[in-house]
Amino acid sequence: MTALLEVKDLKTYFAVRSPLLRRKVGQIRAVDGVDLRVEAGRTLGLVGESGCGKSTLGRTIVRLLEPTEGQIRVDGVDVTRARGRDLMTMRRRVQMVFQDPYASLNPRLQVGDAIGEALDIHKLVRSRGEKRERVATLLDKVGLGAEAMARYPHEFSGGQRQRIGIARALVLNPELLVADEPVSALDVSVQAQVINLMRDLQRDFHLGYLFIAHDLSVVRHISDEVAIMYLGRIVETGPKTTLFAKPRHPYTRGLLLSVPVPDPTRRRGAHAPLAGGLPDPADPPQGCTFHPRCPYATELCRLERPELRPFGDAQTVACHHAEEVAASDPS
Amino acid sequence: MVTSASKPLLVVEDLGVGIRTARGTFQAIEEVGFALDEGEVLGLVGESGCGKSITALAIMGLLPQPVARITGGHVWFDGTDLAALSNEQMRHVRGDRLGMIFQEPMTSLNPVYRVGDQLVEALREHRPLGRGEAWREAVAMLDMVGIPAARDRASTYPHELSGGMRQRVMIAMALICRPRLLIADEPTTALDVSTQAQILDLLLSLKRELGMAIMMITHDLGVVAEVADRVAVMYAGRIVETADVFELFRSPRHPYTDALLRSIPRLDSDLDRLVAIEGTVASPLARPSGCSFRDRCPRARSRCADAVPPLDPLAPGHRARCFFPVEPGARAVEPA
Repeated sequence: MTALLEVKDLKTYFAVRSPLLRRKVGQIRAVDGVDLRVEAGRTLGLVGESGCGKSTLGRTIVRLLEPTEGQIRVDGVDVTRARGRDLMTMRRRVQMVFQDPYASLNPRLQVGDAIGEALDIHKLVRSRGEKRERVATLLDKVGLGAEAMARYPHEFSGGQRQRIGIARALVLNPELLVADEPVSALDVSVQAQVINLMRDLQRDFHLGYLFIAHDLSVVRHISDEVAIMYLGRIVETGPKTTLFAKPRHPYTRGLLLSVPVPDPTRRRGAHAPLAGGLPDPADPPQGCTFHPRCPYATELCRLERPELRPFGDAQTVACHHAEEVAASDPS
Repeated sequence: MVTSASKPLLVVEDLGVGIRTARGTFQAIEEVGFALDEGEVLGLVGESGCGKSITALAIMGLLPQPVARITGGHVWFDGTDLAALSNEQMRHVRGDRLGMIFQEPMTSLNPVYRVGDQLVEALREHRPLGRGEAWREAVAMLDMVGIPAARDRASTYPHELSGGMRQRVMIAMALICRPRLLIADEPTTALDVSTQAQILDLLLSLKRELGMAIMMITHDLGVVAEVADRVAVMYAGRIVETADVFELFRSPRHPYTDALLRSIPRLDSDLDRLVAIEGTVASPLARPSGCSFRDRCPRARSRCADAVPPLDPLAPGHRARCFFPVEPGARAVEPA
């Protein structure tokens, strides 16, 4: 079956240049050979800590950044190097929602115009009336109401602005939304509203989501499948229930144990599950890039980079010692 | 809950702060009161704009004057009313017996001075030490907060350190004079979860080692559950509920606390829908009469519009500001 989004061996490298002569002195492999799939109407949660490359990956997929290598297919169509009309067509199908909608909304544009703009660019409406009607319907759909059209972004709260950002992403009737930390700037009570809204919209419009976030609880709530990213690579994937109950990569396990649970009877106790921090991305460790922080690391891990391999029925994991991690399950 | 001692170190009474804006003056916080024992960790929780940071700034004498000022109340710390001290007198308390850390370490670290020099300055402000002796203290403190190769790191500049390391330097700076109370305003919010876990561990172990109390200001209920002994929940400038941490999470009595606990997605259970709190926090210039939460509250009745409910005791050590509190132990959503 053709996936709505299929990414194969995607790489996005940035050149590191010397400050004086702008000569290339190195490169950062922000995304370094990523495979992933998003099915229509489903959510893939992409999790990782800051600097892991998840935002770069999202931006590369929507073609805001130029991929260095690899392939991006939308419904089977290769859009990796799409230009001109092909890129326009792709943009209609794939839209992005950002963390801070305020930064992506023109403060001088009324909300109705900001949302409707794309309809003009893609010549999808024949009259102002038709545009107004479409925008009004959408504003209703995201819980703001048509009266929001004539107002300006600054008149809205953070949660309402994110609703505007979502409405703007939906105006072209896309099939896939790439949402980069869409709720992480919001207060918890408002966050719940926006998450619920995104789930409703997914059902109503049969949307596929690539949901990028650092908050594991949010990802668990909204996702069907989950992919864990570390230093430019996917280290584990699986259906959310399996992955969260039985993490097979030591990094995933450490990450899960690090999340403070809102229940004082289940405190983590004294030791932080993950020691150290992210290595310098311009000079990543040899072998498995996680080995300096890994309690399972052996000589093999220092020498050889583990490839993502199937584990069990539905998971994949990039770890030489996944069997050992599995055997030490505290169940 | 067992705490190491039970003599109150900090007693905040009826504290109010007014803020002047172009559109008029409003009460940022009102009738704020709580006590913190020696060696205790108090979690002050609330969403943005609830007044938790203003409360901290008022206690520390760091309100942006003249825009914001204390309009009433007392801050008893170690027998002195901090609210009545002059700026000059306050400078002797701050950084000495009262330490503080903020969310963004780069805003409190000076980029042009070496890390060690900043610690030396903080220490010599309050202690009559020579430079050499102060430098040795600084290195020892950096070591204590878990900075590897502390001797070398003391000579680096803040921008050369990672986010987690900077936050450790901030903590070293706040603790260099061994304060009795540390006020930590969202100290881990800008950090990744793995670094957050490291910093929370560090704060708790330093608390035990130095015997200090911590006032932890956060929006994150997970962090509160992890570190606090007692919790005070703020909403729209007032404390709406306060209780022992176990009691609060087991049996929240204020409808806001209850709703907040239901609205967070959890790692340990699957819900199809989150229970969102409808609407948004009212602007402080246009709060509803009576209870500020009533326009979002499923339990609100006409009485809630008439008067602000008092912060009534409902059980030993448990108070809630509500006329119609949630029944004890009535949490519908239990973790799986």
